[in-house]
Amino acid sequence: MELFINLTLFSMLVVTALAILRMRHLFAVVMLSSVFSLLCALLFVTLDAVDVAFTEAAVGAGISSVLMLGTMALTARHEKMPREFSPIPLIVVVATGAVLIYGTLDMPDFGSPDSPAQAHLATQYLTQSPTDIGVPNVVTAILASYRGYDTLGETVVVFTACVGVLMLIGGLARRRRKQGEETK
Amino acid sequence: MSMQFILSHLNYWLFIILMMIGFYIVVARGNYIKKIVGLNVFQVSVFMFYISIGKVEGGTAPIFPVDMDIDPNVVYSNPLPHVLILTAIVVGIATTSLGLALIVRIREEFGTIEEDEILEIESKLQQEENSAEGPAMGGRA
Repeated sequence: MELFINLTLFSMLVVTALAILRMRHLFAVVMLSSVFSLLCALLFVTLDAVDVAFTEAAVGAGISSVLMLGTMALTARHEKMPREFSPIPLIVVVATGAVLIYGTLDMPDFGSPDSPAQAHLATQYLTQSPTDIGVPNVVTAILASYRGYDTLGETVVVFTACVGVLMLIGGLARRRRKQGEETK
Repeated sequence: MSMQFILSHLNYWLFIILMMIGFYIVVARGNYIKKIVGLNVFQVSVFMFYISIGKVEGGTAPIFPVDMDIDPNVVYSNPLPHVLILTAIVVGIATTSLGLALIVRIREEFGTIEEDEILEIESKLQQEENSAEGPAMGGRA
């Protein structure tokens, strides 16, 4: 049953991604990327990552679509005719995919409880966090406590990006007004 | 390659297929907004790949009962990838917004967000510069 749900979600994801590739109307592309994120959130739920699903639905489908729509409004609504088909990107992509798939052949089975990823730190977190921290959600406990510095670093990254965006487009309205006066 | 092997690795391969579609959008399409969307597709596929490593067969989400009365027979999935990916999603939106801001600036300077046209304008500018400065600057006039 789980395999069936996974495969259904996957085929929908692939169709959405291919539609993104083919569409030239940018509004449709942005909406499809939002759909893609929501489908991913569903897949995260089937993979037991409910916190990630929440974040993906809010950030991937919500905030990033709003940002992209804003950019679209300031720039262009249509993609120009795509350049002529060239085989080089396709070759690069297929080669990269083949190498990656070759790399997964050594990986442990999907969902196997004795894979290396499950062996050390995970069990430690699962057994100790009730006594160490006492928060029912283990993900929250790790995020805010065991790996609190990680989260602090994340905040620094977001702050830096905010400053960067403000510096890049901060004077946009002023520059436009100036340009308007010059042309008058 | 047995059927069992294929079924247990199918998930990984499907994620890689999605990843490669995103990669293809990035390299083969000239519109910058579309490139960013492709980058997002690629990024989310990597996230799903990573989360799938933490999945345990028959497991459930790593959230204990509220009264913290933990049944030792319940299997929980690995919470560590979830934490790392939560961080990665937020960092991803930060880089996306920076990229979009750059696109707005590019459009302001060049009047277009198509890669081909920008390259054309740039080479024209370069040619003008070279012919203006001429051999004095050592450029090809």
